[in-house]
Amino acid sequence: MASTTTEQASEGASGGMMPQLDFSTFPNQIFWLLVTLVILYVLLSRVALPRIGGVLAQRKGSITADLRAADEAKQKAVDAERAYNDALARARSEAGKIVAEAKADIQKDLAAETVKADAEIAVKVAQAATALDEIRAGAADAIAIVAKDTAAELVSALGGKAETAAITAAVTARLKG
Amino acid sequence: MAETAHSEGGLVFHPLDQFQIHPLFGDGPISWYTPTNATLWMALALLAITLVFVVGSSARALIPTRMQSVGEIMYSFIHNMVEDVAGHDGARYFPMIMTLFLFILFVNFLGLLPGSFTPTSHIAVTAVLGFGVFIFVTLLGLYKHGLGFLGLFWMKDAPLILRPIIAVIELISYFVRPVSHSIRLAGNIMAGHAVIKVFAAFAPIILISWIGVIVTPVSILAITAIYALEVLVAGIQAYVFTILTCVYLKDALHPGH
Repeated sequence: MASTTTEQASEGASGGMMPQLDFSTFPNQIFWLLVTLVILYVLLSRVALPRIGGVLAQRKGSITADLRAADEAKQKAVDAERAYNDALARARSEAGKIVAEAKADIQKDLAAETVKADAEIAVKVAQAATALDEIRAGAADAIAIVAKDTAAELVSALGGKAETAAITAAVTARLKG
Repeated sequence: MAETAHSEGGLVFHPLDQFQIHPLFGDGPISWYTPTNATLWMALALLAITLVFVVGSSARALIPTRMQSVGEIMYSFIHNMVEDVAGHDGARYFPMIMTLFLFILFVNFLGLLPGSFTPTSHIAVTAVLGFGVFIFVTLLGLYKHGLGFLGLFWMKDAPLILRPIIAVIELISYFVRPVSHSIRLAGNIMAGHAVIKVFAAFAPIILISWIGVIVTPVSILAITAIYALEVLVAGIQAYVFTILTCVYLKDALHPGH
């Protein structure tokens, strides 16, 4: 290392000019430069640049595709939500309809039953009224008989002669009030 | 090292020695095919580019590894630059421009390694790049537009009297392009490296004189600062060279102003 440095130093000192202007090295530099540039150009234009360009294009493409897929998925989700909401609304209206129908049925049944029950009650009430009338009539007859008997007994007990016809007429008159 | 320093009267000032080209094997004369240190560092740049762009991207991963990511970022960066500056039909020349950019970038950065050699600090290399671009672009313009390419120098929106004058100026500036294009790159790289070397030569002064107590830390700080600047310059010069190539390409493809 030390020896080469000294050597170069002495060279530089002996040359006494810029190495850049040493024309004897020009053919050498230009030759190796051209070799390097040609190799580099072939390497880049044949291998490296198409490859990197391809990767960049592929990445761009896949990003675009991913974005499109995401958009589609979003659209699908929106559609699904709309379908769900539709189904929900349909189910709701269906349920409402069923409820209304059931209500109407019940109402109808109720009305029919009420009518039937009313009729039965009316019949029962009529029967009861007849029975009551009979009993009342029976009771009035019985009272008239008892009153006639009692009146006849009273009359005979008081020493009178009970006249059946007169007593019956009197009692009947009395009973009529 | 110390021996040399004393023999030169204390300090070694050979900031240009780092640009010396010497054969890799032996010590003979340099003929056109001799492998030299320039060859070595160009080959290393080629190897580094291969590692990043060929090996790094070999998995073709949809989710890239770090190395593949670096390659993809550079690819997109230059591809967008070509499309923005040279237009959509400039994308055909993207591999060529990518080759230029990566070569300059990697050679510049590898040249920042201590003890390395920077081929882009040599005018022979940058002149081939600059004039190569110039000749390619000029031939492309003439091929695509024939004599219409000369419309590049004829300003249609300038006053008629001024047009010939402007045409002469434009013509001169057109032919200066490759010169400035190549000297800008070589000059920047060479100047930065030489300045670092000058400060580096001041650094061991503490071994010789008491004044080194001040000079040595200052020069080490200066090396650090210049080095940081050089890292920036290495990237920026590669970028500038590439974007100017795109601009020249645009002129060839669309000569109308």
